[in-house]
Amino acid sequence: MKRPMVTIDGNDAAARVAHKVNEVIAIYPITPSSGMGELSDEFSAKGEKNIWGTIPHVVEMQSEGGASGAVHGALQKGALTTTFTASQGLLLMIPNMFKIAGELTSTAFHVSARSVATHALSIFGDHSDVMAARSTGWGMLASGSIQEVHDFALISTAATLASRVPFVHFFDGFRSSHEVNKIHELELDEMRAVIDEKHVLAHRARGLNPDKPVLRGSAQNPDVFFQARETVNPYYEACAGHVAETMERFAKITGREYRLFDYYGAPDAERVIIMMGSGAEAAQETVEYLAGCGEKVGLVKVRLFRPFSITHLLEALPRQVKAIAALDRTKEPGATGEPLYLDVVAALVEAATSGQLEGAALPRVIGGRYGLSSKEFTPAMVKAVLDELGRETPKTHFTVGIIDDVTHTSLEVDESFRVPKEGMVQALFYGLGSDGTVGANKNSVKIIGEGTENYAQGYFVYDSKKAGAVTVSHLRFGPNAIHSTYLLDQANFIACHQWVFLERFDLLDKATEGAVFLLNSLYGPDETWNQLQRVHQKRILDKKLKVYVIDAYAVAKKAGMGGRINTIMQTCFFAISGVLPKDEAIAKIKGAIKKSYGAKGDAIVEQNNAAVDMAIENLHEMRIPVELTSQLELHPPVPSHAPDFVQKVTGTIIQGKGDQIPVSLMPQDGTFPTGTAQYEKRNIALTIPVWDPDTCTQCGKCSMICPHAAIRQKAYEGTQLDSAPETFKSIAYKGKEFAGFRFTIQVAPEDCTGCGLCVHVCPAKNKKEPRLRAINMEPQIPLRETEAANYDFFLALPDPDRSVVKVKSVSGSQLLRPLFEYSGACSGCGETPYVKLLSQLFGDRAVIANATGCSSIYGGNLPTTPWTVNGDGRGPAWSNSLFEDNAEFGLGFRLTADKHSEYARELLAGLAEAVGPEAAREILDAEQDSEAGISAQRERVARLLDTLATIDNPQARQLESLSGNLVKQSIWIVGGDGWAYDIGYGGLDHVLASGRNVNVLVLDTEVYSNTGGQMSKATPYGAIAKFAAAGKPQDKKDLGMMAVGYGNVYVAQIAMGANDVQTVKAFLEAEAHDGPSLIIAYSHCIAHGIKMGAATDNQKRAVKSGHWPLYRYNPARSRQGRNPMQLDSRKPQLPIEEYMWAEARFKMLAKMDPARAKHLAALAQEAADERWARYEYMAAREFGGGEG
Amino acid sequence: MDLRTKYLGLELKNPLVPSSSPLSKQLDSLRQLEDAGASAIVLYSLFEEQIEFDGMEMDHYLEYGSESYSESVSFFPQPQEFVRGPEEYLEHIREAKESLEIPIIASLNGASAGGWVEYAKRIAEAGADALELNIYFLPTDPQQPIGEIEETYLDIITEVSRTIDLALTVKLHPFFSSLPSMARRMVEAGANGLTLFNRFYEPDINPEKLEVEAELDLSSAFESRLALRWIGILHQRVRADLAASTGIYTGRDAIRMLMAGASVTHLCSALLKHGIPQLTRIREEMIGWMDENEYESVADLMGTMSQKSCPDPTAFERANYIKTLNSYE
Repeated sequence: MKRPMVTIDGNDAAARVAHKVNEVIAIYPITPSSGMGELSDEFSAKGEKNIWGTIPHVVEMQSEGGASGAVHGALQKGALTTTFTASQGLLLMIPNMFKIAGELTSTAFHVSARSVATHALSIFGDHSDVMAARSTGWGMLASGSIQEVHDFALISTAATLASRVPFVHFFDGFRSSHEVNKIHELELDEMRAVIDEKHVLAHRARGLNPDKPVLRGSAQNPDVFFQARETVNPYYEACAGHVAETMERFAKITGREYRLFDYYGAPDAERVIIMMGSGAEAAQETVEYLAGCGEKVGLVKVRLFRPFSITHLLEALPRQVKAIAALDRTKEPGATGEPLYLDVVAALVEAATSGQLEGAALPRVIGGRYGLSSKEFTPAMVKAVLDELGRETPKTHFTVGIIDDVTHTSLEVDESFRVPKEGMVQALFYGLGSDGTVGANKNSVKIIGEGTENYAQGYFVYDSKKAGAVTVSHLRFGPNAIHSTYLLDQANFIACHQWVFLERFDLLDKATEGAVFLLNSLYGPDETWNQLQRVHQKRILDKKLKVYVIDAYAVAKKAGMGGRINTIMQTCFFAISGVLPKDEAIAKIKGAIKKSYGAKGDAIVEQNNAAVDMAIENLHEMRIPVELTSQLELHPPVPSHAPDFVQKVTGTIIQGKGDQIPVSLMPQDGTFPTGTAQYEKRNIALTIPVWDPDTCTQCGKCSMICPHAAIRQKAYEGTQLDSAPETFKSIAYKGKEFAGFRFTIQVAPEDCTGCGLCVHVCPAKNKKEPRLRAINMEPQIPLRETEAANYDFFLALPDPDRSVVKVKSVSGSQLLRPLFEYSGACSGCGETPYVKLLSQLFGDRAVIANATGCSSIYGGNLPTTPWTVNGDGRGPAWSNSLFEDNAEFGLGFRLTADKHSEYARELLAGLAEAVGPEAAREILDAEQDSEAGISAQRERVARLLDTLATIDNPQARQLESLSGNLVKQSIWIVGGDGWAYDIGYGGLDHVLASGRNVNVLVLDTEVYSNTGGQMSKATPYGAIAKFAAAGKPQDKKDLGMMAVGYGNVYVAQIAMGANDVQTVKAFLEAEAHDGPSLIIAYSHCIAHGIKMGAATDNQKRAVKSGHWPLYRYNPARSRQGRNPMQLDSRKPQLPIEEYMWAEARFKMLAKMDPARAKHLAALAQEAADERWARYEYMAAREFGGGEG
Repeated sequence: MDLRTKYLGLELKNPLVPSSSPLSKQLDSLRQLEDAGASAIVLYSLFEEQIEFDGMEMDHYLEYGSESYSESVSFFPQPQEFVRGPEEYLEHIREAKESLEIPIIASLNGASAGGWVEYAKRIAEAGADALELNIYFLPTDPQQPIGEIEETYLDIITEVSRTIDLALTVKLHPFFSSLPSMARRMVEAGANGLTLFNRFYEPDINPEKLEVEAELDLSSAFESRLALRWIGILHQRVRADLAASTGIYTGRDAIRMLMAGASVTHLCSALLKHGIPQLTRIREEMIGWMDENEYESVADLMGTMSQKSCPDPTAFERANYIKTLNSYE
């Protein structure tokens, strides 16, 4: 019988089983495991049933702690229950995991293993999370391939039911969770046959039931706890046997054989690697190749890591083995070795001492670390380890895959070693996130994997930016199963979908001789050669490449597809790669188009089909000249004037060569300089704003709304213009505070993302041609050079005096220098304008605690950071702790600032005589409520430091170290709604209740944006999100009013796009409030399904419809006998439907289920009306009591 | 009083037919219109362009930003199935047919040649009693040859009438250089009725904001004169039922249109402005007027004041303009 084969990623492979063998699934999104929960939710939403014929409940919780609690409860009540998680999520589950194991409860968690945050967060894969959970008493089963992920999801579930030991089934984050590969899909009957029904019934029978009441979860004392803990031993002793039996049954049913430890390589191997996870696939490929060449090498793949079965390990090891390398994908500083190494050593020593080695010599065991945070693990590295084992005194506790020039742990790797790939098509695609390259490639992998006999593999690498992100797709196709769990280092097909990449990257370095190069070129087949950089010309000639060109953007435009070139480039790939006969490929592409777009309309199908035909017509082979002609060089990654660290580290990462950075160049404790985004000129905007001074009203709105600080304004003395570039524009400044000054609005041409928000909000119109405003978008390339020079000149102009600037106005606030610039946030981001405003108003004295999420990614993801410094070198000090603890983390900042300020004042009082009583008194009594006051205090403290330097006294030294705390610092706690409404709410509530002077900024996108659109408690009625696929049936939580309940918390609900004046007021009042303050900022988001360049319209609709009333609740007013509640928006005038249907997140539901959409819209209207009535009542109340 | 009339082969109990408006979007308001005395209802128009746009827009926004960043490879759950515009509209026809006893006239605005035919076919299958073709093209390209738009109108009518059995009416605009000739050609192409006139949203300019504004402006009674004239001229000159649209607020307004030669009078602004009960009032006013002026049936007055039958046929022509001016002297 031919078994079904599917081409899916690892998360899909796990979810397809987990959903079928459970009744309850409680999850919380975390990369890279989110896909498993999302797919389970979609399966249930579609009505898919489990193997017992009922649809599992899928529930999204507020945190992984909550998810594990719900799982624990569901299990105790007798349901078959699972969850999916990774990294910090797994750590939050550990308390419940101890309980679940202690209670001998059957469950299998599916974990896409990911780095635990240490010196930095990383979303990528290693085993540090699962290893942190290894003491919980759970069984641990490791998958290495996508097929194994699918199979072990079932085996772990069957084994936990049989053994009563709960299981973590883990596989490598990204490498396995996100790799697409062709696998045999399990059928429902196969799943039914593997799971023993009697264990299911027994599990259910153990559930809490008032008909047969028991008590579980008692508290025990020293007399019996220990004995009770030992009662579980028989279950653990039997567990490995249950897993082995399950694997045997599985093999009989499916034909796929697994053992607890699987051996590969020479039967008489002397050198053996022991490892688990995806790296073992690369090791298998290498070992089998080398053994085939006659080398005595082997590999033991660890499937069952816990309980660790010494007997089964010994069975798997060849008797001749002399040296073993145990490889761990984790690091335990301070331990005598990493976990697998220690287990192997202990197992062998125990076996030797108990006589189990049967006369064989105890092999030498070395341990090594590899692959942390998805670091590549290649055949060359495998060979380096095997070579090391052959040395007389091999290195132990080594690393492989990095250059450790500090403690010299790393092995030398011969990068030229490769396992031959006969008959395999290896294709590399360089694209932009926005051009659809990855989506098209996923589609191609599916077409080949499911439409032909070939095997197919796809893996996709994204950069750290959300706007203008570079994507690299690594595709392999061939007649045999593909075990290459590493990126392509050679390709016989390379496609460059964006011309600008040629300026930045050496794209053809991985091309094999005679490879095909497909280039999306503005120039025709005859002209392209002369536009190529020298390095590319040389590689084309040296490697005898065949080059094809197409002007994909022109074709896309003609086909009415705007900037989406995915279908066009995909067609070209099939036409020239030879992976399939051309006509067959075209037919399959058209079939896939019908499948992908059919539901959305015939026109879109026809449009794509036309694009396929046009692509073929417009694809041309380039005639290759015989000689190099180009003098063009690649652009340097950072300018030559950038600091040394930026040159050596940041620039190398930008170039895509971060793997080559040695240990010695990396900061030891995760501390990085700020102000580095300025060196990364990405030039991603096709059009940029151009200022028309004569039309401009100097309102500041364009600068205020710019998400990237790429359009700025300054007022300065006219004399500064003497050396201005010719095209630099200026006009007389209109404000009286800088009478006689000149004024300029200047764009940063290479940092602008071209979102167009600035133009959209510009209220001024050119009276002669009203289609034009005071700023207008024009093509970037012709302007790049002159405007870059103008921008440099602009930056060099002195900043206006902060103590004179009218900061309370929008225009005034925009004269302050942003200390948050050029972030990699989405083009048109709705969050960053608030963050930038914060940096302008308070950045020079701000300390920022940032919750994990979008803001921590665009704020702190390498290579660069947008946080920067002013001319004095001052700027925000920023840190990210975790997702769940940000409020507490920020409160910690406050506690230290308060303590140090208090101590500094005590020291100063004690040193008053020495430093001068008057100077001390002035500092201690200083007014610091204004920019002028802050500035004066800074000067006083500077003088104090001069004086202290002359005083030889330990107190003076103490005061020197604390003197900065004598100037008022501004503590900010920043995060998204996922943090504030869900996972961090308990902490946020506590911090608000503390009464301490912290400022909380909630960037409310009403959805988990960073992890890809999962519902939060901020998600409103009717919005579609992941885990709310049928539209959210509850309203969003009213976080603001919950905080108002405390009475002493300043609360503001703002929406910059609707009322920027109120936004500025709210920031100033919140910061001035001597207590906790909470600003909830409406942040439009790409996850809303809107036109980002016109998103202020959506904000206006949110406010006008009453979805998002604007208000400020200022406790200071009540102390003055005034009502603290002020409404800043008018009574709703717009039906809420008009707000909702303008956003795809709501409209999608109207298209899927119009009746439900109407119903939820009606509920949303009711909620909005009721909310307004409540706020209006609060704002209208008489507030007596007089002054004080 | 016998208010019966025939329109597009349908026997109607009176000539009051609410035209395409937001009131036809909800089943509840359709029922209210029937209860108020409507003899048939023209549903809101199915806009092919809007449907296709919605599909593309939905695809764009659901995909936008996806596959750009490792943590958020997508932002929305994969929708199971979209109810695309036509399905929603067709379901609306089906529901209306099930809930109402009066005839339902669907309305279609196509965008592509295939679209007109395809959607017309599906509307017929859904059970509509007749179909209004809401055709309009606003020429803005000076290079477009004269006559091309007219040919497009005729091609659409020919194709649709060839494909479906339903009676067709064409909603016209008044800007053809020779309306009678165009009307005749449309009827020859297959139109069974003509609706005079389609009323476009005319843009306005806000001189302070420097913006072009397109706001809904309800029609005034005075605007009915344009339709009145052309119905009067076309009556009995083309072999088609005529429907009067625009500016009918009272029973007397309706009577005037019927006298000019209309078989039915469409109501829209009157109902939006004064509510659905206005339909009942108009009907009562008609009966009152006919009673007072001793007409026993609509058939007795229909077309009596058309150009062919009225005492002064020239009044419908250019002289009418001169006379009007003179009357101010």
